[in-house]
Amino acid sequence: MNIKNLHLLNFKNYAAIDLYFDEGINCFVGNNGEGKTNLLDAIYYLSMCKSYFNFIDSQNVKHGEHFFLIKGTIHDHDKEDEIYCGFKINQGKVFKKNGKEYQRLSDHIGSFPCVMISPTDINLVWQGSDDRRKLIDSIISQFDGEYLDNLIQYNKALAQRNAQLKRFAANRYFDAVELELWDDIIVPLGNKIYESRLAFLAEFVPVFNNYYKFLSDAKETVGIEYETNLKPNEYRQILNEAIEKDRALQYTSVGIHKDDLSFTINEYQLKKQGSQGQQKSFLIAIKLAQFEYIKNKKGIKPILLLDDVFDKLDQSRVSRLMTLVSEDTFGQIFVTDTHQERIENIFNEIKVKVRIFPVKNGAV
Amino acid sequence: MDINSNRLIEAAVTEFGQLPGIGRKTALRFVLYLLKQKPEDVEQFGSTFIRLRNEIKYCINCNNISEKHLCEICSNTKRDRTVVCVVEDIRDVFAIENTNQFNGVYHVLGGIINPMEGIGPKDINVENLVVRVGQDEIKEIIMALSATMEGDTTVFYIFKRLKDFDIKFTTIARGVSVGDDLEYADEVTLGRSILHRIPYENTLVK
Ligand SMILES: [Zn+2]
Repeated sequence: MNIKNLHLLNFKNYAAIDLYFDEGINCFVGNNGEGKTNLLDAIYYLSMCKSYFNFIDSQNVKHGEHFFLIKGTIHDHDKEDEIYCGFKINQGKVFKKNGKEYQRLSDHIGSFPCVMISPTDINLVWQGSDDRRKLIDSIISQFDGEYLDNLIQYNKALAQRNAQLKRFAANRYFDAVELELWDDIIVPLGNKIYESRLAFLAEFVPVFNNYYKFLSDAKETVGIEYETNLKPNEYRQILNEAIEKDRALQYTSVGIHKDDLSFTINEYQLKKQGSQGQQKSFLIAIKLAQFEYIKNKKGIKPILLLDDVFDKLDQSRVSRLMTLVSEDTFGQIFVTDTHQERIENIFNEIKVKVRIFPVKNGAV
Repeated sequence: MDINSNRLIEAAVTEFGQLPGIGRKTALRFVLYLLKQKPEDVEQFGSTFIRLRNEIKYCINCNNISEKHLCEICSNTKRDRTVVCVVEDIRDVFAIENTNQFNGVYHVLGGIINPMEGIGPKDINVENLVVRVGQDEIKEIIMALSATMEGDTTVFYIFKRLKDFDIKFTTIARGVSVGDDLEYADEVTLGRSILHRIPYENTLVK
């Protein structure tokens, strides 16, 4: 699967642009702030129906305009689909495939998968559990549409349960029946989500370990562990046991919305013990595992978006990474870098053809 | 302008501003418009709302609006009192009456369970429904609430409250008004969905 062309109107710093890509490796080169990353983000948008960097759609509209448009032609075997995304301030966004509007965005997500590797991924190490849950959710959602639906419903029911807990406190009463109404929705959905995450991590972690070994010299051992207060088939019981606590806190303190991942290196926390290079390799290994996982599940090679990966990685890791992604297991790739020479040298060395797009001030 | 006039205008703007969807600017326009009208016209305007509030009552049986104790539908002997259609508010009564497909009676909840909007099971008119089912010769309850999580939760709550009674418990055919309020479903589809209602147990996922 590959994207043949990309058309942008008023997206971030691009007024209007039309680009045609190679099936293999495409590089956007230019100084920082010229708009290289915005091109990767536009491709990501077509895949995931949102920006990788800024979830507020209106802030992705070019300054002074009131709408943006992203259009791309996706080629897969002998089929071509035109994906259209239009966003108007105050009117929301519309996604279309070959002119037909999607009823739900979750019907589109996963049909044209991509994986982004970006310097902002470091948030996965440093920020709260939210970012790490989003990582799991975005991977599973790309091949399991029901998972995303379940998650959306779960979050709605959870918001109602929390509102009910606040009502109890504000009106000084408690009625288990009123809480159970939402538990009846939360329990079956939460169980399904929990089991999906469990099954996913069991398959995902070994793949991740392999990639980390490949990228580093494998002196250190790394791990990803699922941190949860849940157990199989005990969801309701765990909710019930937390009732006193939840009433005091006025929100639901247990459940899949509290899940987290712990990242370790030599059994210590990656955040505290890992060097910058190790953290970066760790994150790249996660993303490569994500790529392989989606590829195996869907039988499609996702598009790989590599934003500024050459910084803070030593030369040997860079050439290993580039050799790896140039192999047949990977498909179309987009890379950004500030140095045209560096990019050309890397790919010359491993004898791989690349197409270079110089980017300057919102023009290519 | 003296202080008293100022205060009167301010009070009137505040009153209009409390109506749904009316901001201060629009409220001020209304007030200035009324000031230009003849005093007797404005008196008529005001008294219309006072009478509306004082004279319209809620039917003691079904909670529909009514001028008497019992609404026109409940007191109509041609209506089938054994079939009760449960709706969220009176807009749904209008919508279903317009279909001409329903000859039973209603029960108006006055809301659906939605803690985020401050509405719990005790804030809607369920107790009365339980009393009605216990007293009257009701054979079937049709739930006609919006197909949202809150609507579904309300149906489930009422189902649990009524499960010990020997009645048929049905819902209007879903897929007709998914995500929409009944108000917006067109008359033909709404009428058809009432005719083709389904037993509630069939919709429960185990
Ligand atoms: Zn009545």
